[in-house]
Amino acid sequence: MKFNQSTFATVFVSTLLAFSGPAMAKTDLVVVSWGGAYTASQQNAYHEPYMKMNPDIKIINDDSAPQAVAKLRAMNEVKNVTWDLVDAVASDAMRLCEEGLALPINADKDLAPAPDGTPASKDFGDLIVSECFIPQIVYSTTFGYRTDKVKVKPTSVCDVFDLKKIPGKRSLEKKPINNFEWALLCDGVAPNKIYDVLGAKGGVERALKKLGTIKSSVIWWTKGAQTPQLLADGEVVIGSTYNGRLFSLIEEEKQPVAMLWDWQVFDLDGWIIPKGTKNLKAVKKFVRFATDTKRLADQAKFISYGPARKSSAPLVSKHAKLGIDMKPHMPTDPNNAKTTLLFNYTFWADHQDDFTGRFEAWLAK
Amino acid sequence: MANTVQQSEELFTADGTPLQVSLARVHRRQKLRALLLVAPLFIFIFITFVLPIGDMLFRSVENAIVANILPRSTKLLANWDPSFGELPSEKVFAALLKDLKESHKNRTITRVGQRLNYESPGMSSLFRSSGRKVKRIKEPPYTEALIKANKGWGQIETWMLIKHFSPAYTDGYFFAAVDAKRLVSGEIIRVEENQRIYLALFVRTLRLSFIITVTTLLLGFPIAYLMAILPTKISNLLLIFVLLPFWTSLLVRTTAWIVLLQQQGVINEFLIMVGMVNTENRPEMIHNEFGTIVAMTHILLPFMVLPLFSVMKTIPKSYVRAAVSLGAHPWLAFWKIYFPNTVPGIGAGAILVFIIAIGYYITPELVGGTTGTFISNRIAYHISSSLNWGLGAALGVILLGVVTVLYLLYDKIVGIDNMKLS
Repeated sequence: MKFNQSTFATVFVSTLLAFSGPAMAKTDLVVVSWGGAYTASQQNAYHEPYMKMNPDIKIINDDSAPQAVAKLRAMNEVKNVTWDLVDAVASDAMRLCEEGLALPINADKDLAPAPDGTPASKDFGDLIVSECFIPQIVYSTTFGYRTDKVKVKPTSVCDVFDLKKIPGKRSLEKKPINNFEWALLCDGVAPNKIYDVLGAKGGVERALKKLGTIKSSVIWWTKGAQTPQLLADGEVVIGSTYNGRLFSLIEEEKQPVAMLWDWQVFDLDGWIIPKGTKNLKAVKKFVRFATDTKRLADQAKFISYGPARKSSAPLVSKHAKLGIDMKPHMPTDPNNAKTTLLFNYTFWADHQDDFTGRFEAWLAK
Repeated sequence: MANTVQQSEELFTADGTPLQVSLARVHRRQKLRALLLVAPLFIFIFITFVLPIGDMLFRSVENAIVANILPRSTKLLANWDPSFGELPSEKVFAALLKDLKESHKNRTITRVGQRLNYESPGMSSLFRSSGRKVKRIKEPPYTEALIKANKGWGQIETWMLIKHFSPAYTDGYFFAAVDAKRLVSGEIIRVEENQRIYLALFVRTLRLSFIITVTTLLLGFPIAYLMAILPTKISNLLLIFVLLPFWTSLLVRTTAWIVLLQQQGVINEFLIMVGMVNTENRPEMIHNEFGTIVAMTHILLPFMVLPLFSVMKTIPKSYVRAAVSLGAHPWLAFWKIYFPNTVPGIGAGAILVFIIAIGYYITPELVGGTTGTFISNRIAYHISSSLNWGLGAALGVILLGVVTVLYLLYDKIVGIDNMKLS
């Protein structure tokens, strides 16, 4: 092909056109979340439908939620916040709100009402634990066990501490939260007195002593995906993790694992809008969409976490791919929620640093 | 003839300037040119490396947060003497009230509460609850009102703590980094037995890094020797095999070790198949020190092999042949002639592997369990989870100091000039 003037001109103009892109400017929204099956469920229930309805918005996922508080603090120090929306557990959201790193939200103004007209503040109710927090889901930390590797079916969380009944390795989170509560429960403390005993003198020692009875058989996890992998490999016979991860393991991966819901610990996960975000209007529009009744019920089609709105509960139906009914897999289902603990935000906000230090020292011995 | 040139006679260049001056000018210009060539790199490293790290390390002593958030109280507390055993005066309580109200409005009250909580558990809740309650206190006497709001304000220890941590610089983080504590009375004590972690962790980090250096040396030396004596075609192929791990993700390599070493993993299943171990007594090869050593040796092996290979390649093969021809046993020839020539490579490889191993944290995090983690894991925890950046920075400074001391020791014993990367 001869490179004369006309071919050169055609190539030049077509390259220009190719690079000029679509006529409208795209806004990128950076949404920070936890990765894995959880981010996938958000992508399917919120991000994809929203991007289809609004072609000028592009939602980018970032899996840094475990380091959200540290990173937001650092971003604020240099006054350059690059995130637009952050998925945070309630305790992190409270911390961020107290430090002024998250924007306060007016539930009735910024969030969609229920289809029957109930304002958002009533639909979410007590779950709005902080003025910056937009609740999304109720999840719980609970146990799963290998049905083919246990001789007797575990029925109580105290079976985790019973090496005779359930021999083999366990996996527990590398944090004092939840482990201390279960240890005291199984050491004979009444459920409504757990935090009194834990906060009093000798409480931590008592919990560590109980954990010490199984210490040599424990593998400590730091990421939600570790226990499902350990269970699938047969490395542990019983282990704790987030209930949605166990759902994926049992129903999607079809591993011989079953749930132990006894004394599951509820926690909340939701959105916060970081102060200093550069796309405030766009993000508020997205949040209004992503937290309305239908959307929260849609997320339950992909992962077994309970929607935070009262109006979404009756809409929870079948899994999008597997077709199974999701209601029995919700942590809030009455069959599963016979014995539950709710994460005690104020207690752990005050004691987390101190107890974690002692826990780590005990671990290192 | 150089002898005929007298010392009193000066030499001149073509344009009349003395030779000394001209030479000095040329040398200066060469040095300047060299400096200008290196300047961009220096400036880049200074801005992107030295400044940010310096800023981070400075946080290990920085303590402006208390005086900034409680300006009035800290100023008045400077004049208060706790040795009388009495609480500060009403004026100080009034100043504290103003500070608490203002910091609650600016949302800085939880930061100062958290900072003081690192020194004395309970301060976090004291500040948080006080922040909520002080809105209602409008009239004197403020002392009774504040103590009623939270009895922590009636304890002299609280005030001693705030006074002690008002200065702009603090040594508290460094004490905590070595499991010590300075009480408000001034004396320095070791932290209770059940809270001591850092000194033991430092020792463990150094010990495991040393073991890893030795194992990489033992495994890497034969590989490098083989590569050095084989013909170029085959040795190039082996070089590609040594470098191949660098092309795969670090996490993939570490996870592969988990699959191999775990209880139900490949190696254990193989040992059971050949009957060497009982299925009940499977050896635990991961989530402990052994797992860390094995995985890190694998990952750091190329760093030992490459310097060794580069040095070995420059040793003429004729040396060993000459020694053998003079009657030495091949083994003796190796030890007396070949090995001493490889010492610079060993030095370079060893220091490279050791310094990298000391700072590693991803692999010990995944395969170390609780007995195989390094001090760097604790630093990472403090930076991203507990947000005690002061303590993380202090641990980092101590680690940097230890490495510098070891490097100087290494220089004294082996000599830096005795180290060659090629």
